Amino acid sequence: MSTLEVKSVTKVYNVRGAGQLKALDDVSFTLTSGRTIGLVGQSGSGKSTIAKILTQLETPTSGEVLLDGTPIPRRGRGLRTYRQQLRMVFQDPFASLNPYHSIRYHLERPLRLDAVVPKSETEAEVRRLLERVRLVPDAVIDRRPHELSGGQRQRVAIARALASRPKILVADEPVSMLDVSIRLGVLNLLADLQREEGLGVLYITHDLATARHFSDEIMVLNQGRIVEHGPADDVILRPQDPYTQELRAASPDPERFFADTRGGAR
Amino acid sequence: MPDPLLTVRDFSVVYDVDPPVAAVKNVTLELQRGEILGLAGESGCGKTTLAYGVQRLLKAPAVITSGSVTFHDAEGDDIDVSALGAEQMRRFRWDKISMVFQGAMNALNPVATIGAQLEDVFEVHRPGMSRKQRREAVAELLEIVKVGAQRARSFPHELSGGMRQRVMIAMALALRPQLMVMDEPTTALDVLVQREILRQISQLREEFGFSVIFITHDLPLLLEISDRIAIMREGEIVEIDTAERIWNAPQDEYTKTLLSSFPRLTGEKGVVVR
Repeated sequence: MSTLEVKSVTKVYNVRGAGQLKALDDVSFTLTSGRTIGLVGQSGSGKSTIAKILTQLETPTSGEVLLDGTPIPRRGRGLRTYRQQLRMVFQDPFASLNPYHSIRYHLERPLRLDAVVPKSETEAEVRRLLERVRLVPDAVIDRRPHELSGGQRQRVAIARALASRPKILVADEPVSMLDVSIRLGVLNLLADLQREEGLGVLYITHDLATARHFSDEIMVLNQGRIVEHGPADDVILRPQDPYTQELRAASPDPERFFADTRGGAR
Repeated sequence: MPDPLLTVRDFSVVYDVDPPVAAVKNVTLELQRGEILGLAGESGCGKTTLAYGVQRLLKAPAVITSGSVTFHDAEGDDIDVSALGAEQMRRFRWDKISMVFQGAMNALNPVATIGAQLEDVFEVHRPGMSRKQRREAVAELLEIVKVGAQRARSFPHELSGGMRQRVMIAMALALRPQLMVMDEPTTALDVLVQREILRQISQLREEFGFSVIFITHDLPLLLEISDRIAIMREGEIVEIDTAERIWNAPQDEYTKTLLSSFPRLTGEKGVVVR
């Protein structure tokens, strides 16, 4: 059981010629293992800044992030151990895998660097990871990223994130670059892994519909502030904040759009 | 009373590689004047190839192997698109059919102001216009799409993604075409900006009466904005019907699969059981 606590985090960027930009303003939330929080908001609302702070790619201007009560170490071995426990899946699987290297290499590296398993078991572990993400090891292990489809690549990226056996997974728009017909498959995979491994998942997206279906809670971010945070269904079906209501109204929703046509046509 | 704008008959496109790929197979469809036709299907189903093909925008190795495209001009002539010579084709494009390309960020020239890029359209297609007239026309276009005339001197990188997409729409609108082909015009934008742009497209259609072929794989969005929707799979149109009937009574198995691959915003939880 792990708990990631974000306490009053504020991030201010100095923008040349434009003064200061408050990307995050007093953001607080808690993510525990076995739960998924959906983080939604429009472009520029600060979603990715949160991801960067959680992975310590950025440091907060004020406030702190605690994993199981311990603040994120700023550098060195401590930071590495922290990053083993919190892994990230990026948006673009075409950019996040190295085109020069085989799939085997991508998965061996975290296993070696973090000494997850003894060297003699590396190969077996790579295969196990590929099976975890529902890929056939023999079909992909010696291939390079360009030989795989987008969905397969994103599965490899997920397997790589899982290699160090993290407790928390931060998924920043993990399916928005993928074709619709395979999005659900990847999201269902994330949901299965979350259940099976008891992961805590932060699912960052601007798609309200998938956020609702794959999250326990939803947080809505607007101009760096969390304007609404609650159980997924409450936030989407009974939004309280005007900004959430606006987001909801803007999302395509054939259900509501055709509500009055249903009886007649069926 | 049907009033067709574009008639496509038995249209096929093959990518002549080894082995040849039949990207569009014997497609027949009729687009009405003022209609928004949605074209949906997964990546690689041939929707973009079809939309490019009817304007003869395809390059080798693509080969149109069969079929005809007839454009029923508002001035009364029926134009056989495949019979146009190079110069006639150049004049026909953009004047009668224009296009909003996918990814506005890449479609604009980064080293020219948007005003200059919009003026280019008039310079090429309306050589009789004076510089002053062109400037005025550009200012008017930028006002129509609500970017604002004062932004004519901005470079693309100085505008947000939504504004750049509006500039692309302004450019497509410049010669008041009768048909606009939009290829994933809002895919890279977030929901609020997307909604605003869709609203604007509908308004402009009301005002100027053009038809739209709207290509996207976002079916929920398409259901809300289209009059009719064509579902494509492996180069064929498997179903074409009004948006309402596609939603309420889909006939084809593939249409049903496609509809069920979207989680619903409201309504029952659990993934889409139809």
